[in-house]
Amino acid sequence: MSKIAIIGAGPAGIESASMLARSHEVLLFEKSSTALSNILDKAYLFPDFSSATDIADSLNSKLINENIKLMLNTEVVDIVRNDSEWKIVDKSGKNYFVDAVLITTGYQTFDATRKEELGYGIYKGVVTSIDMERMIKYNQIVNSINESPKRVVFLQCVGSRDEKSGNRYCSKVCCVTAVKQAIEVRKMLPDAEIYIFYMDLRMWGQHFEELYRESQEKYDIRYVRGRISEASSTFDRKIQIKAEDTLLGVPLKMTTDLLVLMVGMEASAGTKSLGCKCGIEGEYGFIKTATPHLCDNETSEKGLFVAGSCKRPMTINDVINDARSAACLISEYLR
Amino acid sequence: MDESKNKRYWNEYQKEIADDKFFYERSCIRQTFFPGSEAAFLKIMREELGKDIRDEANQHTCTGIGYHSDIVPLETTMTVVARLFSLMTDAGYENYVPSCVTSFGIFTEMVEMWKEHPEMLEKTRKYLKEATGRDFEAPKNIAHPSDIIYKYRFELKEKMKYQLVNRFTGKPLRVVEHIGCHYAKIFPEKGIGKAEFPYVLAGMIEAWGGEVVDYPERRHCCGFGFRHYLLQENRGYSVANTKKKFESMEPFEPDFIVTNCPGCSMFMDKWQYTIAEMENKTYDKDGYGIPVLTYEEMAGMLLGYDPWKLGMQLHQVQVENLLDKIGIPYKPNEKYRGANGEILPSPEKPMNLKV
Ligand SMILES: Cc1cc2nc3c(=O)[nH]c(=O)nc-3n(C[C@H](O)[C@H](O)[C@H](O)COP(=O)(O)OP(=O)(O)OC[C@H]3O[C@@H](n4cnc5c(N)ncnc54)[C@H](O)[C@@H]3O)c2cc1C
Ligand code: SF4
Repeated sequence: MSKIAIIGAGPAGIESASMLARSHEVLLFEKSSTALSNILDKAYLFPDFSSATDIADSLNSKLINENIKLMLNTEVVDIVRNDSEWKIVDKSGKNYFVDAVLITTGYQTFDATRKEELGYGIYKGVVTSIDMERMIKYNQIVNSINESPKRVVFLQCVGSRDEKSGNRYCSKVCCVTAVKQAIEVRKMLPDAEIYIFYMDLRMWGQHFEELYRESQEKYDIRYVRGRISEASSTFDRKIQIKAEDTLLGVPLKMTTDLLVLMVGMEASAGTKSLGCKCGIEGEYGFIKTATPHLCDNETSEKGLFVAGSCKRPMTINDVINDARSAACLISEYLR
Repeated sequence: MDESKNKRYWNEYQKEIADDKFFYERSCIRQTFFPGSEAAFLKIMREELGKDIRDEANQHTCTGIGYHSDIVPLETTMTVVARLFSLMTDAGYENYVPSCVTSFGIFTEMVEMWKEHPEMLEKTRKYLKEATGRDFEAPKNIAHPSDIIYKYRFELKEKMKYQLVNRFTGKPLRVVEHIGCHYAKIFPEKGIGKAEFPYVLAGMIEAWGGEVVDYPERRHCCGFGFRHYLLQENRGYSVANTKKKFESMEPFEPDFIVTNCPGCSMFMDKWQYTIAEMENKTYDKDGYGIPVLTYEEMAGMLLGYDPWKLGMQLHQVQVENLLDKIGIPYKPNEKYRGANGEILPSPEKPMNLKV
């Protein structure tokens, strides 16, 4: 039986582990104390409002397999080729020897304090989409003075498609996440005014366009095309925003109780450092695959594979399919 | 404002400021508007902090106002800046300290351009040599005087006689700080706290007992805008921008405004008179306006320097109410004594703004 190391127990790591464990031994490394941290920080998932906890439970149940050894609190810091074998080094210096490696180290969200002009970390009324997931999950949507907000503004593309923060790419998930969150906020705050400020709405996936339409027809979500240039606090601790409505061609100034920054997806610290160490670092710190069309789970190193959002922003659906495809290729490689 | 979080920001943005041996360059306009400020800075540097700072007699404009008004071409500005640096080089100094925020922006911009385009530096050397026969070295460190006062704010606090506290209520004074655009908006990393939450004046205010007012139009231009004011036809635009700031800060009831830029101090002070005369509106409760101080005046008055020697009587909005709040003594009869010892005639009173 061959031995495979999978690094990162997100959806990609778990899905590929469950497939490979049918005929191989899998060591699944996870640096956090729980698997699926990037799923469990969400309340409901697009496109169908499935509960994130339910999806996580289904994925976790796939780990009940004697061929999978899940190692929590074990951060992988190096991957070294040793002839036909691979040596995995964890943070405590322990070595593990395997026949193939799959990197599934995923993403982290953009640190919104880097967009200083938006006041995150300074004004309590400015939150991120991850904070909003928590508010929705615990049914506690409040403004800076712990009152129910009368107006909520979402801002798209925070840390994505943005020269200033160095991320020119689109994060792919945040447009539809804003639509989803806005609908959830509407369900919880029937009287609030809800706005989404966008550059353009990228409703590329199945059901996304329908959700966008429904958000307007059924949930009275208002869309403004324009980026917010600055957020500041008013005397009564609301958030004043300045923007340009680029459809009307007018500058716009308004106050809101809550400003939600739709933070983008960046390569996780693990993705960046392992990509760098293995010489497979691509653009923006994501991992570079062998070729974009036909070898998107392989790397320039034989026996070193990659799957999921450590390559680029992806939805769970993308990630699961990608993980399955990586598992097939690894089985083939070890045959 | 949630201060603890805000400070976290600032901690990430330290900038290098030299310790000693500074070459000071005066501003073209500050000595007319706030005649005591530059003298106060030199006094603080020499007498309070024991620093070596050279006040060069042969200095001249940096061309800043002309450059930003598109009147002076880049090559001319570079050559003029090079001459100023040659004065520093001749005097044996390496740390350049321009009094004016626009000069600070100009020097930083030229030096950065020379780093990016060495051929421009060579051209400038050639032009300067041809025009004046001089050579120069670019400074090792460029700091604005407000950076230096900021750096030594705790040392100065030890020597201060007064604090930014209202002696009647015991509460911190509420201070609006306004940073000149050319301080950090051109090169954010050259300013303490960068461009969005500049900490250079806020740090002084907090260290000296006051409270910083964070109002919505905090980052907005003071209204000067160079060409917006310099072309007479545009002055309505200039005053409208300043008005926007006052309206935004008014609900916070600030005790005074402090700035680190000649233009900002001037416009935020004088436009209060203009708005009062045009619309009979002031932005304090009692009709006196909100005093506007330079950071040297703020430091000097807390160190116990005579307010009239600091030149504070030359502001449009009068400062007596502020001095009373802090408990700083002053002699009303000495307010308009000239340098020759004679009492000068009192200025004419505005119609609406109380003095
Ligand atoms: C705001 C937001 C909302 C979203 N909402 C949805 C949604 O509703 N529906 C949807 O389909 N998708 C959604 N997504 C996308 C979804 O989160 C991702 O597609 C998915 O989590 C990616 O899975 P992954 O396994 O590739 O990476 P991750 O989930 O990031 O997992 C990677 C794992 O690797 C671990 N790791 C990293 N480095 C190391 C190392 N050196 N050693 C060991 N372990 C390591 C990490 O701790 C992590 O557990 C959303 C994304 C964002 C940002
Ligand atoms: S998905 Fe939408 S919000 Fe996210 S980066 Fe792309 S365009 Fe911007």
